[in-house]
Amino acid sequence: MPSSTRGEPSALSLRGVVKSYGSIRAVDGLDLEVPSGIVLGLLGPNGAGKSTTMRMLTAQSRADGGEITILGHSVPRESKRARALMGVVPQHDNLDEELTAAENLQVFAHLYRVPRAEREAAVERALRIAHLEDRRHTRADKLSGGMRRRLLIARGLVHRPRLVLLDEPTVGLDPQVRQELWGLVSSLRDEGVTVLMSTHYIEEAERLSDEVALMAKGKVVTRGAPADLIARYAGKTVEEFRAGTDGHEAMERRAEAAGLPTRRTGAELAVMRAEEISEELRGELGRGEVRASNLEDVFVTLTGERVE
Amino acid sequence: MSLQETAERAERPLSAAGASAPPPGRFELAPVRGVLAREWALYRRSWKPTTFAAVVEPIIFLLAFGFGLGSLVGVVAGYSYLDFIGTGIVATSVLFTSIYPGLIDTYVRRVFQHSYDGMLAAPVDVRELVTAEAGWIALRASVYGCAPLLVAIGFGLPPAPGMFAVPLIALVTGFGFGLMGIWMSALVPSIKTIDYIISGLITPIFLVAGTFFPLDELPGWAQGIAQVNPLYHCVELVRGAAFGIDAGAAALHWAALFAFVVVVWGLAVFQMRRRLVD
Repeated sequence: MPSSTRGEPSALSLRGVVKSYGSIRAVDGLDLEVPSGIVLGLLGPNGAGKSTTMRMLTAQSRADGGEITILGHSVPRESKRARALMGVVPQHDNLDEELTAAENLQVFAHLYRVPRAEREAAVERALRIAHLEDRRHTRADKLSGGMRRRLLIARGLVHRPRLVLLDEPTVGLDPQVRQELWGLVSSLRDEGVTVLMSTHYIEEAERLSDEVALMAKGKVVTRGAPADLIARYAGKTVEEFRAGTDGHEAMERRAEAAGLPTRRTGAELAVMRAEEISEELRGELGRGEVRASNLEDVFVTLTGERVE
Repeated sequence: MSLQETAERAERPLSAAGASAPPPGRFELAPVRGVLAREWALYRRSWKPTTFAAVVEPIIFLLAFGFGLGSLVGVVAGYSYLDFIGTGIVATSVLFTSIYPGLIDTYVRRVFQHSYDGMLAAPVDVRELVTAEAGWIALRASVYGCAPLLVAIGFGLPPAPGMFAVPLIALVTGFGFGLMGIWMSALVPSIKTIDYIISGLITPIFLVAGTFFPLDELPGWAQGIAQVNPLYHCVELVRGAAFGIDAGAAALHWAALFAFVVVVWGLAVFQMRRRLVD
């Protein structure tokens, strides 16, 4: 696991972090280093511990064990300093409904202690980022879902943070709006801001992340550039076979005997690294539908769990 | 989507709390000011109904009790009934304008609007948040506590220089009841159970404080309870401000109010932290 680029300290580091709620271990020995300047996608199904991890980074949830360091500040002890340097975009929209777009930004410019002389410019800049210059005087409750989410993201950027936490930034939005927000996240990376983004959307993680960390049951299972992970665990292509007369089990055994991972997708059996299927195995399996491998194949192969 | 601004962003965070920050964990005023800025922005949207309630309610109370009941009662505890209740309703309006926002607004913001989750992700700690929320409530109570006094003066309460102390009495009392409301908003398991607090606690606080009738007529145990009712000490100070008070007695009432503030501040911060940080 590369811990940092060019020897620079990580923007964010979690070591052996543990958090339980009663008998449920939400985060179970999590190790994660996020080098400066990258977008790291934290990908996992609901319940994998992503949101708990995000809350621990802002000290709104206190770890039972392990170490967390953000931009050189130890959390929770120096959490307030870390929070001053971070922008946080929550999963649940908590804009002030009665306030206008500009007022929502002004409030957070205050909370993030943007000096008085720079506050107005900071709000203008955030409105520009959110593409809401024309809606500055519109109350938040009169904005569309996409606009609200853009405002919520811009609110977390009002103080020009060096590190941004995005917790499921596009959850619940329709696909078109989701794509629009992706542009916003990409532009953050272009500016050298470090982004930690939790998501349970494969496509989102694949498109936006320089690296993804796959998370299941409170741990990081593997991490790397999406293309590398796919190449390593799922190969170039995946071939999906309809179950034969002898069912899935026999095909599964044959593919796995040949060293090829498989997963079941409904009535079909998906064989990873299909480009490596030998003539002999081909004879046994027949021909299936070939498609490009994706991160979901990697995820399912490694954890047995599905993400959306 | 593209952002015009480029490299400078990563170089220089706008936040002032970077390099020259105070030691971690210290209580700071900057977050308190930030939370107050939010309150001010919200207040600009809601001042009309708030002000209407603050002014019209004491007028109705004065009309109903002052004229209705006053015509039967005449003199109470040495005061004309209008003077007695004109000072009493200053205290009740301080109570209502502080404990209700503390209880209900804080509950709604925490549970339904998730506002505090958003604010605590910024460099704001729970005790700064609680102090600021109660501070805002106190400021409002301080201003609106004067409304019934002015109304009562309009109805014939003789103005006195001591009345300039009323905003301060209202500020401290409002801070305490605001904190008490915040504490209880974090104590109740659901919004429905707030009714227990309203009927079981706020109503007796409001009545057993010498606001509408003097405590002398009550049984001994009820008088004892009144001594630990912070509103009673507020009422005595407001009457003292209007009609004069012995310095020693005033000091004791002030001490009781400050002790109340210290206790409920601790309870509110403790309970809100339990609810907001896990």
